[in-house]
Amino acid sequence: MAIGVKVLKRPVAQTSYLRATLKGMALTLSHLLRPKVTMQYPEEKSSTDWTISPRWRGTHRMLTDEQGRAKCVACGLCPQICPANCIKLVPGEDEEGNRYPLIYEIDEFRCIFCGYCQEVCPEEAIHVGVHYENSECSRDRFVYDLERLCAQTHPVSTLWDPSDPSGE
Amino acid sequence: MTFFLVASIVKILVVFTVIMVGVALLTLAERRICAWIQDRLGPNRVGPEGLLQPAADGLKNLLKEETLPGQADRLLFVLAPALAFVPALLAIAVVPFGAPLPTPWGDVPLVVADLPVGFLYILAIGSLGVYGVVLAGWSSNNKYALLGGLRSSAQMISYEIALGMSTVAVLLLAGNVTLSDVVARQQQSLFTWNVFPLGLAYFIFTVAAFAETNRLPFDLPEAEAELIAGYHTEYSAMKFSMFYIAEYANMVTASALMATLFFGGWDIPFTHWDDAPPWTVAKTLATLGVFALKVCCFLFLYIWVRWTLPRFRYDQLMALGWKVMLPLALVYIALLATAIWVLHDRLGWTYDSRFALALCGLNVLLAIPLFFVLDRGHLIASSVAEGGA
Ligand code: SF4
Ligand code: SF4
Repeated sequence: MAIGVKVLKRPVAQTSYLRATLKGMALTLSHLLRPKVTMQYPEEKSSTDWTISPRWRGTHRMLTDEQGRAKCVACGLCPQICPANCIKLVPGEDEEGNRYPLIYEIDEFRCIFCGYCQEVCPEEAIHVGVHYENSECSRDRFVYDLERLCAQTHPVSTLWDPSDPSGE
Repeated sequence: MTFFLVASIVKILVVFTVIMVGVALLTLAERRICAWIQDRLGPNRVGPEGLLQPAADGLKNLLKEETLPGQADRLLFVLAPALAFVPALLAIAVVPFGAPLPTPWGDVPLVVADLPVGFLYILAIGSLGVYGVVLAGWSSNNKYALLGGLRSSAQMISYEIALGMSTVAVLLLAGNVTLSDVVARQQQSLFTWNVFPLGLAYFIFTVAAFAETNRLPFDLPEAEAELIAGYHTEYSAMKFSMFYIAEYANMVTASALMATLFFGGWDIPFTHWDDAPPWTVAKTLATLGVFALKVCCFLFLYIWVRWTLPRFRYDQLMALGWKVMLPLALVYIALLATAIWVLHDRLGWTYDSRFALALCGLNVLLAIPLFFVLDRGHLIASSVAEGGA
């Protein structure tokens, strides 16, 4: 007696090899002639079928006021909430008592793109961006300083709003 | 004599170049067709429509590091890719690929070597191909490679028999083993193309040829899911490329054989213009084109089937080879030989369309019950005999 292996009985009456093969060949041939779904990436970044979501959370962007200064008031909320602990903030104060960031750096490698910093910011200064093409030649370049954050131009993310779940 | 030598050398060089370029383009065609079947576009970046992709791949493989496993049998390890590669190219030598080319010094038959034993030569060389695979598996000293090599040898031996048997039918009709004669025999009309009088033989030949070339659904020697990459697991860089080239060169050879043995070779259907002297350059070019077209159709079939069918299980492969293909081929030859004897010797028919159509009728009659049985899957359904568990 051979070792007991469970053998599934095949429904012989319903099986078919040649017909199934021919059917499969017809199917693959029809797919061969169908329009293709591939997007030619560097030339074509969105199509009628697909565009990047406005809620996409990518590398950050700091918004600026009319004088071109960062809107940040160095309140310290974003470094506080950041779960990855990747925002470095050193606050400063000018003669009129206005607070501003002396140093504001985000390490984009440590960031998990949760978007909390944008959500928590009282001045709507820091934002996560709708942007995904980040390539640099060295790791240091992924620590974005204030100047670089202000210089970004990509659109900012529209975070999900619990009071408006479908985004209208 | 000098003329013969010069003509042969030129032919060898031309055929070799065409095959190598063809193989390169075939790798690209495979990837693009596979992509299209999967609703993708495939490699289209290097050169126009990706035409330079094979060149880029070749360059990459040349520049890659060659690895040599410490435990490998050095000599055989290095020799194996060549052993796989050379027979693949040798076999094409006896396939006639066009009407003779007239030159000021005489007609040049468009076949590298018009051997009187043409077909036997192909069978002999064809079975040499397995050495490359088996030695690659064995010399790598790697269990996956060894399993791949063993599977390959078992598979090739099993299907070689069916392959040889199916071609016996062709030789029965042609009464000769020279491939030029086989082609000449098929030129009378469209219906004397061997695929009509010998439909089932063509079916067996195709299945066996898929198995011989290790293509899906018979690619067990390299079954990625089970054996990593099978016999060429340990190979890298150019040696790996050689196996790849061998695989595709085998496909080209098998396709050329299908065209020659069953689809009239370089014969252009519906006209006798191309069949007889005086030979002209136009005839040569036209027949070359037709032959290339036929070969391309079979290559497409290869690729199409590969991206449609899943792989056989090993026992199914063996069962199909020994329990279906071999008996089928034997019975078929017996029946066909009888039929030819009756038609030719008893009724005194000469070989023409009527003869071919009569055999074609016989094939259809045989095919109906055969395909019914095959389709029901009684033969390869289960790995365990009824009540065996
Ligand atoms: S997105 Fe999240 S992880 Fe990234 S900096 Fe803002 S709070 Fe930190
Ligand atoms: S939460 Fe906004 S205002 Fe506060 S430190 Fe961060 S960026 Fe500046």
